[in-house]
Amino acid sequence: MELLLEPFGYQYMVKAIWVSALVGGVCAFLSCYLMLKGWSLMGDALAHAIVPGVALAYLLKVPYAAGAFFSGLLAALAMALVRVRTQLREDAVIGIVFTTFFAVGLLIVSINPTSVNVQSIVLGNILGISDEDVIQVAIIAFVSLTILLLRWKDLMLVFFDENQARAVGLSPTRLKILFFVLLSACTVAALQTVGACLVIAMVVTPGATAYLLTDRFGRLIAIAVAMGVTTSAVGAYASYFLDGSTGGLIVVFQTALFLLAFLFAPKHGRLGARRAARVGGAA
Amino acid sequence: MNREAAEIRPGQVPTPSIVISGVTVRYANGVTAVNDASFALGPGTICALVGVNGSGKSTIFKTLMGFLKPAQGLVSIAGMEVRAALKRGLVAYVPQAEEVDWTFPVLVDDVVMMGRYGHMGFMRLPRKADREAAEQALERVNMLEFRRRQIGELSGGQRKRVFLARALAQGGQVILLDEPFTGVDVKTEDQIVGLMRELRAEGRLMLVSTHNLGSIPDFCDQVVIVNKTVLAAGPTESTFTQDNLQKAFGGALRHFRLEGASLHADADERRVTVITDDERPLVFYGDRDHEKPAAGRKDGQP
Repeated sequence: MELLLEPFGYQYMVKAIWVSALVGGVCAFLSCYLMLKGWSLMGDALAHAIVPGVALAYLLKVPYAAGAFFSGLLAALAMALVRVRTQLREDAVIGIVFTTFFAVGLLIVSINPTSVNVQSIVLGNILGISDEDVIQVAIIAFVSLTILLLRWKDLMLVFFDENQARAVGLSPTRLKILFFVLLSACTVAALQTVGACLVIAMVVTPGATAYLLTDRFGRLIAIAVAMGVTTSAVGAYASYFLDGSTGGLIVVFQTALFLLAFLFAPKHGRLGARRAARVGGAA
Repeated sequence: MNREAAEIRPGQVPTPSIVISGVTVRYANGVTAVNDASFALGPGTICALVGVNGSGKSTIFKTLMGFLKPAQGLVSIAGMEVRAALKRGLVAYVPQAEEVDWTFPVLVDDVVMMGRYGHMGFMRLPRKADREAAEQALERVNMLEFRRRQIGELSGGQRKRVFLARALAQGGQVILLDEPFTGVDVKTEDQIVGLMRELRAEGRLMLVSTHNLGSIPDFCDQVVIVNKTVLAAGPTESTFTQDNLQKAFGGALRHFRLEGASLHADADERRVTVITDDERPLVFYGDRDHEKPAAGRKDGQP
């Protein structure tokens, strides 16, 4: 028992657990929208594209969030430009832009090896997070969560049916911009916890898992957020004992829950589908 | 027109109307989709919007939904600018089946409730009035028993009715229907037409884009025929003629003509003309090409 409570005796562990949980929750919220639009890879692309911004920000000693945000925006613009000017498909455009940005980021880091630890960007370093970074992450997450809680229905309508959004007097363009601003901000926050490589899991898996469990958007969000918070907190906690990568553990837990849902979800899981097929066949 | 809008007080339901005058719409790439189009519709109307694919039907819809802004000309709905009309929830839209993501995790209830968003507060929390409106709308389209279903689990006709219910729940006075009969069976089509007639009797204005030429004389009192501009607009009887359709469709329609001599042995010179856009055919019977179209097409399935 004492052993299980041991992590809570260390301030850095407590910090890691609650920051991870917060970030995991807000990323899970966003995942509900991304996965329904087929935009899941956008999260991944953004996470990689902000690396040069973070590296430069450390180099110039400005808040890393500002740098990250700026390069994320630049990447989004670059993608839009290539998309409009060529006949290339979305996946190719995303692939080209985000690898370019990521490469530039690695280059900057390798030229100035002392300025920033590349491993902490790529793999995240929640256990060694500085207090200023905690404040940045916490502000980003709280503000995003508040906006999402107030506007989730409007965003749902825009994602489901833009014309209807217009018909009830909403501005789809404005709400989409709001969404992408939130996504960029939260990706920056998630970068700290799980790193650039695993952000994709944070903004896809919880939503995808919840999708197998419910047919209602409100519940989808509730399940996804609960899952994001729990897996992130447990992942951070477990990393104390396993002495392993926090990001890796969080994602492993999320994948485990996804597999459970995939197999046992009452309606959309494999077993449920088989049962339905049997009943349907007998009828 | 703007002065008129200023006189309408909140809470009062304005008389539905659509006025498009001298409207030219260009896309960002410079292509002119609609040039100098004009037509006007009043309350208590079902109007068909007819034309080949790419003739500007959806451009007109998008303009009425405020998605595209005309480069020239005026668009007004119920005497107000499009934005003002949308803000007041006057315009309801029933989308084409292909536009909807049927795998989206929403129930029938949720979709109908989306029609009420304009009536709700900032957080979109449904009040009693909203729940009642949604329930009545579902009742009216006979879908109340399916309210807890996910929308993907419904048949083609049921799906259409859910979106009609949403338009009703919204209380839209101007209802835009995009291809409402595509992929629905005859029974559903009759139900939808029946409902549209009721709505017309209530004084609402419906603009229906359709390829289903054969049923237009049956339930539409007005027709707007488009091909990059408005070729003809007016009452079905005088506007929906073979001449006008020929102009709009050119060779794009299947066109069968049976001369009087091949129909019967007597001297009767009347002939049968069947025009179809791959759905229910339009039948003209008579000796003049501008004859008004024959109604009664129940057995006219292609």
